[in-house]
Amino acid sequence: MRSLPRSQHIIASGLIAAVGVTIAYISYTQEPAGAYVFPRLISSVFAVLAIWTFVKAVLGRTKVGNGISGEAMLRMAPGLVVTLVYVFWAAKALGFYTATTIAFFILVSLYDPAPHSQLKTWAKRVAITAGFMLVMYGLFAQLLNVFTPREILF
Amino acid sequence: MDFLFYMGDVFTPINFGLLLLGTIGGLILGATPGLSPTMAVALLIPFTFQLEPQQGLILLGAAYTSTVAGGAVSAILLKIPGAPANIATTLDGHTMATKGEGAKALQLSFLASAVGGIFGVFLLIFLTPVLAQWALAFGPSHLFWLAILGVTVIGTLDSSSVVKGLLAGCIGLWLATIGFDDIMGAQRFIFHPSISGGINVIPALIGLFAIPQVITMFTKGRSSDDAEIISVKRHPIRLAFVEVLRRKTALFIGTITGSIIGLIPGVGGQIAGLVAYDQSKKFSRESEKFGTGHSEGVIAAESANNAMVGPSLVPLLTLSIPGSPTAAVLLGGLLIHGIFPGPDLFMNYPQVAWTFIDSMLIGQILMCIFGLYIAGLAARVARVPHAVMAAVVLGLAVFGSYSVQNSMGDVYVMASLGVGMYFLERFGFSAAPLVLGLILGPIAEANFIQGSMIANATVGMGSYFFTGWLNWLLILIVLASVSYSIWMEIAQRRYTTKDDAVAKEEAMS
Repeated sequence: MRSLPRSQHIIASGLIAAVGVTIAYISYTQEPAGAYVFPRLISSVFAVLAIWTFVKAVLGRTKVGNGISGEAMLRMAPGLVVTLVYVFWAAKALGFYTATTIAFFILVSLYDPAPHSQLKTWAKRVAITAGFMLVMYGLFAQLLNVFTPREILF
Repeated sequence: MDFLFYMGDVFTPINFGLLLLGTIGGLILGATPGLSPTMAVALLIPFTFQLEPQQGLILLGAAYTSTVAGGAVSAILLKIPGAPANIATTLDGHTMATKGEGAKALQLSFLASAVGGIFGVFLLIFLTPVLAQWALAFGPSHLFWLAILGVTVIGTLDSSSVVKGLLAGCIGLWLATIGFDDIMGAQRFIFHPSISGGINVIPALIGLFAIPQVITMFTKGRSSDDAEIISVKRHPIRLAFVEVLRRKTALFIGTITGSIIGLIPGVGGQIAGLVAYDQSKKFSRESEKFGTGHSEGVIAAESANNAMVGPSLVPLLTLSIPGSPTAAVLLGGLLIHGIFPGPDLFMNYPQVAWTFIDSMLIGQILMCIFGLYIAGLAARVARVPHAVMAAVVLGLAVFGSYSVQNSMGDVYVMASLGVGMYFLERFGFSAAPLVLGLILGPIAEANFIQGSMIANATVGMGSYFFTGWLNWLLILIVLASVSYSIWMEIAQRRYTTKDDAVAKEEAMS
């Protein structure tokens, strides 16, 4: 079993340590001090543990966590990009239902093991997407009366 | 005997319908690999907004109970545990299925689950009021230490690294401080307008449990799960009853082990199943048959993982300290209805509390009946391609978190925390302590501030927080859990090479 490069652990724990130190700094410098009593307590422990983890990673003594292999990263990247675009842009800009339909269809098509060359495969993907969206519309718009952003489409 | 007084409320048409829906839905969701009970309950919370509190809790409780039992279906028929709690079930259950005894294994698993589950709920019924009465004596310093205890116990026992477990707990506690300070009204750590009101627990829970699963499914790429469903032959249910009664040692060990482990915060069903399996093997006259498709293995594992469900809710209902991630999600379900569990829950909301507990009791019986009939269907659902499953879970997560307050900010929080949690998990951090920190943070802070005020006006901080037998006991448990976990980590390292540890961790994930 191949263990992943130490650099991944150093970067990850370094980022967490940076967050910990920043929070501790903010907690000890912001006013009113009374509002930061509890955050000071938490952030001090946070920073100490985060620095400890970082030092262990630098020394190569990290025992748990397999990191992410390049292969897994490549497989995950398209789905992650679609997810982030869907959540942070499309859902608001295009409308909730339109964005969800597009994102759902793209994700199913991206990761479906069935061959892309067959028309039947595409018809199945369209049918699954349509079925899911009908259920979502029925549940959220009709049953729960959730008014989602409609924006330029629906 | 208050629980008998409210038993009738479970059988009103709406309540019973929701109980059936939660049970059947939970069995199907539980059979689906990758959909853990915690995630299933988190995704269901938005559907409870328009329900009465007790109705919402009935739905969530039924789903919790039956997802744990439903995981046995895919463990037995596909050799893929539906949830970590069902890992021990695969050892003998799947072997039985390959020998043509799949129906028998399923019947044994549901019957044992029901027996274990009913015992666990009775424990919940009889222990909760006693502990609740005792907990009335708790002051701010005790509640502060209890909250810290909840985070540290889960942080140390649920994680493979003590430091990373505690660090995850600290991240959760810090996230809980974002937003307005209750005492001075000051804004704290507002990095983006979408978190100006603080982090809403429900979208956070959905993100922390659902999004890492979605990304994990992405990492499988376009591969197909080629696990084959083993067809089952008919097996008379009467014979399964007789078999369960004949294997009473395994049933007893599983039920007791599961109940005790359930009471300990942070120790989940996965451990309950494995410990019960191991102990049954030790005490069995046919220990050599374990692993070769022995019915005792299935009975012990399944009775244990369902017996822990009821007791795992005792700390939640009495002290408002969720003992497990799923209990934390249930706490979220209570909070959105304005119900804060704790010692006075049974005085202020007896109908909600007792109807919920009673529904879990009836739910165990329904789970057993329906489990036996829909196991085949559930196994087929378990084969839904991961591409579709990932897209469905993502869609539900986005709609579910939006519907909490009709706010895009909640969707951003859900996605950010979820993506962040995926990467944290890859580096050895666990979601459970982070969630506990996020939920217990406000309790810890409110009681710390209140305690500080009392202390400053009376005996001083040191005396107030560090004296008195109850404070000492709680501090001692915090220290003991941390010390025990450090000792276990060192002992484990001494006998395990780094490559073995990496291999074990990859197998678990």
